Amino acid sequence: MRLWKEPRGGVTVISLDGRLDSETAPQVQQDLQALFPEDGLVVLDLSRTLYMSSAGLRVLLLIYRQAQHGTVRLALTGLSPEVRAIMEATGFLGFFTVVESVEQGVEALTV
Amino acid sequence: MTVLEPIDAYPTQRIAGYPVRAGRSLPFGATRVPGGVNFSVFSNHATSVTLVLYREGEPEPMAELPFPESFRVGSVHAMTVFGLDVERLEYGYRVDGPRRPWEGHRFDPDLVLSDPYARMLTGHGPYRHRSRVTLDDFDWEDDRPPHLPHEDLVIYELHVRGFTGHPSSGVAAPGTYAGLVEKIPYLRELGVNCVELMPVFEFDETDNVFTGVNYWGYSPIGFFAPKASYAATGRDHMQVDEFKHLVKELHRAGIEVLLDVVFNHTAEGDERGPVISFKGLDNATYYMLTPDGHYYNFSGTGNTLNCNHPVVRGFVLDCLRYWAAECHVDGFRFDLAAILGRGSGGELLHNPPLLESLAYDPILRDRKLIAEAWDAAGLYQVGSFPHYSRWSEWNGRYRDTVRRYVKGDLGVTGELATRMVGSPDMYSRRGVAATVNFVTSHDGFTLRDLVSYDHKHNEANGEGNRDGDDANNSWNCGHEGATDDPAVLALRARQQRNALLLLLASRGVPMLLAGDELGRTQLGNNNAYCHDGPLTWLDWGLREENADLFRFTRRAIAFRRAHPVLRGGSPGSVHWHGVSAWSPDWSAHSRVLAALFDGGGSDCVYVAANSHWESHTLELPPAPRGQTWHLFADTAAAPPMDAFEPGSEPPLANQSQLSIGPRSVAILVTH
Repeated sequence: MRLWKEPRGGVTVISLDGRLDSETAPQVQQDLQALFPEDGLVVLDLSRTLYMSSAGLRVLLLIYRQAQHGTVRLALTGLSPEVRAIMEATGFLGFFTVVESVEQGVEALTV
Repeated sequence: MTVLEPIDAYPTQRIAGYPVRAGRSLPFGATRVPGGVNFSVFSNHATSVTLVLYREGEPEPMAELPFPESFRVGSVHAMTVFGLDVERLEYGYRVDGPRRPWEGHRFDPDLVLSDPYARMLTGHGPYRHRSRVTLDDFDWEDDRPPHLPHEDLVIYELHVRGFTGHPSSGVAAPGTYAGLVEKIPYLRELGVNCVELMPVFEFDETDNVFTGVNYWGYSPIGFFAPKASYAATGRDHMQVDEFKHLVKELHRAGIEVLLDVVFNHTAEGDERGPVISFKGLDNATYYMLTPDGHYYNFSGTGNTLNCNHPVVRGFVLDCLRYWAAECHVDGFRFDLAAILGRGSGGELLHNPPLLESLAYDPILRDRKLIAEAWDAAGLYQVGSFPHYSRWSEWNGRYRDTVRRYVKGDLGVTGELATRMVGSPDMYSRRGVAATVNFVTSHDGFTLRDLVSYDHKHNEANGEGNRDGDDANNSWNCGHEGATDDPAVLALRARQQRNALLLLLASRGVPMLLAGDELGRTQLGNNNAYCHDGPLTWLDWGLREENADLFRFTRRAIAFRRAHPVLRGGSPGSVHWHGVSAWSPDWSAHSRVLAALFDGGGSDCVYVAANSHWESHTLELPPAPRGQTWHLFADTAAAPPMDAFEPGSEPPLANQSQLSIGPRSVAILVTH
């Protein structure tokens, strides 16, 4: 699992590449925290996330809660239809701002 | 701040290559702890227990870890295993002990057993009975149970798959908890405020020798495990989250959730049945056995859980506490609950410890407890169930009385009156919340079939039409089954409205069978437990076809909600009338009955019922407090004039007389 961030128009875009499951979750969680800004706007780009398990979804929710504690506003993009359906059925989707693209995320968060 | 790491987050030894330490005996089951998973399992008679671990989906175990003697406290074996990937882990237990069925012991170390406390089972495929560990960290946000007063409930009994399984349901994931979430707006529109889910504990859908299908699921395997195949996310092992999400969304809509729970027996059958869990763990503890080791069968399914044994009692209590505290479920309806009052030899207990503990349990204090107060061995406790001022009952006598009256039987008018005011002959000291009134339930005819068939038609069940109840108190209105005779169809439509209106105008807690408001049919099958398809699934096309019936039901529910006097009140607030005001006719040949429910103010309702095939003119009592009578419903009128929107009922032209049509029910209200 690889993570990297790049600034785009005042928004931090963090991309996740690989599988997000119980094996990778603890490391991803640490890495995400390290990449997260103190405040501002963040788009998590999951378009390269090949697989997401239950533990993976929990990492996202945990990050979201941490973001809430600070002053970070967070959006997700690049959800595969499968991941989206799982998030929908289990209620995870309701927590997040989900956008169609990084650009849309930048737009949605900077408005 | 430095968080001190607990010492027990470290292993003390290795077993079968895995770092482990002596576990905690409680809680039972598999629980995540820092660094590992704590496995705890009970057996009174086992000589050895082995934890069997699998990588998911693989036929052979990845490890077998025998519990050392030092890991046992009493009859509980507990071990913490470190470094497990719980998402890909499946597990079970191998248990050895005496093999002497005549003494009740059926240990077989060749078998790998399900954990009775497993929060998840695999649920499908060749290894469907394997147990799994849950992450158990759902975000409930600020979910709180609606805590509706019991007598204010309108219960809607439904089958999770059947409700949205039909392609016409139009939901994204048909037949699932998630599918049901999509139908919450429908439930809100209908006006029900409580759903009762038919069994959602993990069961084997193929467990039936006749059709190969067990649809209803009254044959539990995993009492702590929501059924995986009812979850859109079951293959991703997220059924617990999906179930909790359903509860959270229903609560958000103001709707309570009751579970139909089956603690009277398990899926293991008698000596010929499979060994899945309890039989191999501790047969003599979990089941009621004859002195020579055979299974008592008070459930009609082969075995009977030994539910008043202290250990089994604890199991039932743990299970209900889990569903209440962790899954936010609002109450339970207990299948064949009379069994829960039996002792280990089947004898009736005067003060059944299980029922008493459930009644006084601190976690269950606000949860509804509803008994199906009979069993398959002839014990019938409707009205006499040990209730501890807490338990309600499915009122089978209400069902029978309303059915007989609507059908036109003689000699039931007096009893109908008793049923309509909350069956005080049985529940006077317990109040109206003690009686759950219903006309139809999953077990038996649907409402439409009740007025379309004189006889059951269960041929498709493969038992030569011998299964299912013969005493249905049904009437086909002149033609058996499907017809296009408009007179028969009109009468059937009216009879359905009659039953619904009486149900929703009776004191006590009404329960509707899902789909009855849309005229759902099972083609005369009154025991459709073994069909999983169009016969049992709700066809949402009926929403258009029977829009009149839906609107009628919706208005009748709304009317009930608008009039507290129908949901409870003193016995003195009901006055009886007949063809003449203030003169009810209680004689055996009487078919006309009128009740005036007067709650004071504008909460005054007059319900008139006529099961005669001729119309009658009833003398009306004057509307109290200088008000006037308005017509809410008249089942003899053609839709949409058969019921009005509550609050906008038109005034009655003649304030001193009401003409009530043949076989019909009318309701007036004062304004």
